[in-house]
Amino acid sequence: MYPAAFEYHAPGSVKEALGLLGKHKDDAKLLAGGHSLIPMMKLRLAQPKHLIDLRKVPGLSGIKQDGNVLSIGAMTTHWQVESSALVKSKLAVMSEVAGLIGDPAVRNRGTVGGSIAHADPAADWPAAMIALGAEMVCEGAKGRRTVKVDDWLKGLMSTAVGEDEILVEIRVPVLPASSGAAYLKFPHPASRFAVVGVAAAVTLDGKGMCAKASVGVTGAGTKAVRAKGVEAGCAGKKLDAAAIEAAASKAAEGVDVQADLQGSVEYKSHLCRVFAKRALTEAVKRAGG
Amino acid sequence: MKLPVKMTINGQSYSHEVEPRLLLVHYIRETVGLTGTHVGCDTSQCGACTILMDGQAVKSCTFFAVQTDGANIMTIEGLAKDGELHPIQQGFWEKHGLQCGFCTPGMIMSVYQMLERYPKPSEELIRHQLEGNLCRCTGYHNIVKAIEWAAEHMPAKK
Repeated sequence: MYPAAFEYHAPGSVKEALGLLGKHKDDAKLLAGGHSLIPMMKLRLAQPKHLIDLRKVPGLSGIKQDGNVLSIGAMTTHWQVESSALVKSKLAVMSEVAGLIGDPAVRNRGTVGGSIAHADPAADWPAAMIALGAEMVCEGAKGRRTVKVDDWLKGLMSTAVGEDEILVEIRVPVLPASSGAAYLKFPHPASRFAVVGVAAAVTLDGKGMCAKASVGVTGAGTKAVRAKGVEAGCAGKKLDAAAIEAAASKAAEGVDVQADLQGSVEYKSHLCRVFAKRALTEAVKRAGG
Repeated sequence: MKLPVKMTINGQSYSHEVEPRLLLVHYIRETVGLTGTHVGCDTSQCGACTILMDGQAVKSCTFFAVQTDGANIMTIEGLAKDGELHPIQQGFWEKHGLQCGFCTPGMIMSVYQMLERYPKPSEELIRHQLEGNLCRCTGYHNIVKAIEWAAEHMPAKK
């Protein structure tokens, strides 16, 4: 397959990239790992006239700890997260999520920032970012601003990043003590995208009750969403099997479930409930509950 | 407008001027002439086009050649040395890890990375790590056996 012709740019700094973006506006697309954009260009679903490759921009890749936050450069690959000793020790669920994305070759190239900015409705990261309460850092000509994950996902492949901005960093808070998190998905057999995926993070109080539950659902609708009904169903409860079952029964509420080749609305709604239950059960177990 | 690219493939240096939209797999197959790397699904799923780039297994159908300027690439043609099969290739031979053979070059390049990362993989790990390589003939069973054979016969790391 041959994409439409384009002009290729490989700027050496965020400033230079922003300059190109400002100059070419809607005719330009930013290229990170390319594992969403290039397939779309090959199908001619995307036909940018200018491709701005970020591979030569220094400082966009890598993971470091900043207080109680893991700072992940937007160009950090899924494999870098999957294999990071820092991530495994501070927020192991991130490493697990990364290891479930696509396949090893995709993970070698696909980037966290690319996935979050592309906002595929079946991507894994958005659900995890919702459950973990991540923040996205965007850089524009006027400097940087931070966007909370709940304000980030606007709709189908649509985010809060401005057309004159670049997503440069993802900040994920480390979970407090007595917490556990898990991400489980029903993968599409060929693409490994989530038909439905649920991420859950649970914090227990001194009495073993749920002090906080945070749950993200991906795959079922046009964008990943926070499962507020499930979270409310968990709050303050002793999360035994019955309580988890009751809370998880709300998992499809607030999701604009879409019927597609993978299943009907009814089927995908059912998967939301099943995977919410499994993710919560695992998260509670990991929290020591 | 064509752009210059320079890269090393199987130890040999290549320089060409290419259109930015030229995919790496087409560069390798048609410009350089190494046709062991296959185009299967062309949608980043099947893994037939897998090569090693700077030591990492990647799908060469999901790259523009201009993105890989300066890269060090190994394709299936770079594995055998002096007419002697690499242990992974030998494993596929010994355990009949192929039928039509179309997916095999990509399989083998993925396995190369797998055994570097996980020298003694369990069957479960092999199957998880092979998720990016589709085979429509074998049912994977003999491919798993071939990889287990290769893992036993890989030269010890220095």
